[in-house]
Amino acid sequence: MIEIVSRDRCIACDKCIEVCPTDVFERGPDGVPVLARQGDCQTCFMCEAYCPADALFVAPQSHRLPAGSELLDEARLAEQGRLGSYRAQIGWGKGRTPGAARAIGPALPGAGPRAPLTS
Amino acid sequence: MSELDLTADVVVAGGGPAAAWAAVKAAEAGADVLVVDKGHLGTSGATAAAGTGVWYVAPDADARAAAKASRETLGGHLADHAWMDRVLDQTYANMNELAEVGRYPFPVGADGAQIRRGLQGPEYMRRMRTRVKRAGARILDHSPVTELLVDAEGAVAGLAGYRRQHDQSYRVRAGAVVLATGGCAFLSKALGCNVNTGDGALFAAEAGADLSGMEFSNAYAIAPEFTSVTKTAFYSFATFYRGDGSVLEGAGSQRGRSVIARTLLSEKVYARLDQATPEDMLAMRLAQPNFFLPFDRQGIDPFRDLFAVTMLAEGTVRGTGGIRLTGFDCATSVPGLYAAGDAATREPICGGFTGGGSHNSAWAMSSGTWAGQGAARHARSLGSRALARTTHGLGGAGLRPAGTPGDPSAFNDVIKAVQNEVIPYDKNLLRHGDRLAPALSVLDEVWRDVRASLHGENGDVVRARSAAAMTAHARWMYNAALARTETRGMHKRQDFPDLDPAQHHRLLTGGLDEVWTAPEPAARGGLAAVAS
Repeated sequence: MIEIVSRDRCIACDKCIEVCPTDVFERGPDGVPVLARQGDCQTCFMCEAYCPADALFVAPQSHRLPAGSELLDEARLAEQGRLGSYRAQIGWGKGRTPGAARAIGPALPGAGPRAPLTS
Repeated sequence: MSELDLTADVVVAGGGPAAAWAAVKAAEAGADVLVVDKGHLGTSGATAAAGTGVWYVAPDADARAAAKASRETLGGHLADHAWMDRVLDQTYANMNELAEVGRYPFPVGADGAQIRRGLQGPEYMRRMRTRVKRAGARILDHSPVTELLVDAEGAVAGLAGYRRQHDQSYRVRAGAVVLATGGCAFLSKALGCNVNTGDGALFAAEAGADLSGMEFSNAYAIAPEFTSVTKTAFYSFATFYRGDGSVLEGAGSQRGRSVIARTLLSEKVYARLDQATPEDMLAMRLAQPNFFLPFDRQGIDPFRDLFAVTMLAEGTVRGTGGIRLTGFDCATSVPGLYAAGDAATREPICGGFTGGGSHNSAWAMSSGTWAGQGAARHARSLGSRALARTTHGLGGAGLRPAGTPGDPSAFNDVIKAVQNEVIPYDKNLLRHGDRLAPALSVLDEVWRDVRASLHGENGDVVRARSAAAMTAHARWMYNAALARTETRGMHKRQDFPDLDPAQHHRLLTGGLDEVWTAPEPAARGGLAAVAS
């Protein structure tokens, strides 16, 4: 579930408000998006993929995390390079190779002749 | 704010691949096209978040024959060779078009040729959004449809909905409507599926369309416990374990999910991808980076650590039931109404089993193409009459209560009540008449209340309609599941464990207050040429 909108990183471009398929975000009073409907988050990671400022973090749990959880600690996540990590993995962002171009998966066991899975 | 009033030749409802292809192909056929989506075309639905393999098979007779044969038995011999041939042809053409026109960056194999058998979701759907815009179609995002509009003869003549981010209702009068709203996963939080609440099937049924294959609606996908990541291919490398560390015999991703489900009813189940080689591990990260998000972010090494798994309901997203099509143009039994993707039944190409991915993605791009073209033809045939028609809205349950409107937040209780009947493994996946019948009684009761009093205020009208759609979907599913007194495809009855040759037919379903089920008449050509 989306847990972090980094106030330090956000460039107030409204992209997350635009792309979230379940309409979780709303523009806050100072332009930084707020999680207006966090309970509607479906943990699909799309907002992270589209954020040009690596300002968002979606925890993998599809329920809210208890206060004090490590995955709510923005400074720690930033230090670990977690913010924007999904965007980097799919090769989105300037100067990166699209992950789709490198997506040659393993042959699945029992799938017969080598049939690489590309997604 | 006053209502937004629009017109189009073709209006497409949905935001996934079927909607995008329908919009592109209707526009290329000369239609003025408007796409309206519950979420955002490009991120909405099961494909964008997940990615998918594609049923992409070169036009070689042996390869095509093998492709068609591969799932016939799994699907219970309910598929149709003419449809499979057409989908294989169209998918091959569309994937090549994606490479050449859409410039999708397919990976290149050792022989220097592109490998076009799969698509990463975010990249695919971002490019499809661009295609839709370049084709000249207009897009209204965050604008869920709430009802269809019909003319005096009952032909579909547009739709109405609500623009969530503008707190404004809208209406589109059109020559034809394509429903590409996806299947129904009952808000289970399966990856990308929470926009898929079966809305299209409800709209179609209100217009009088029938459905087919609704008993094939018990798909469940494996995910790490408490997460949404229902990507199952790599569990082919897994061994499944009980809490005491012993191997769970018979458990597996492709065959053996019911063993996992049965065990999960009373204890935890763990997995470990311990059959992968170091080369496999590297390739897996390149192919499906999203598969690893739950592991990397929780500090789990899925190749060495045991991790608890769950199974999330995917209903008719990875099931095969949906709106019945009457021909290769993806028309429905209602004039002016077309259906594509997971909103439509996928029985024509895979009978009673898909497992998602490959076939569903091929179906989405093929049926989307045909529905868009068919809708454009229909709109053109109406000419200027199309927009001169007097229309009225068909929305019932959740929109226009038959009795006294109730508590405007009651949709929350409806959703919980429906989930309680369709999500538990021992009701929907491990089916038995003794459990299906009482579940259906509860759902019938829920429907009576929904029809009488459910409504929503402002934007909540969308939530109320989704709750009504889920209730209707669940009732069609269990009516069909009770009617099919055998085991075929993914529909497995513990009280009827064998395939019954006398039930080698598709099952049609429809109706709202009174739900009916009947075998598809052979004269309709459904299975005319199929043996078994």
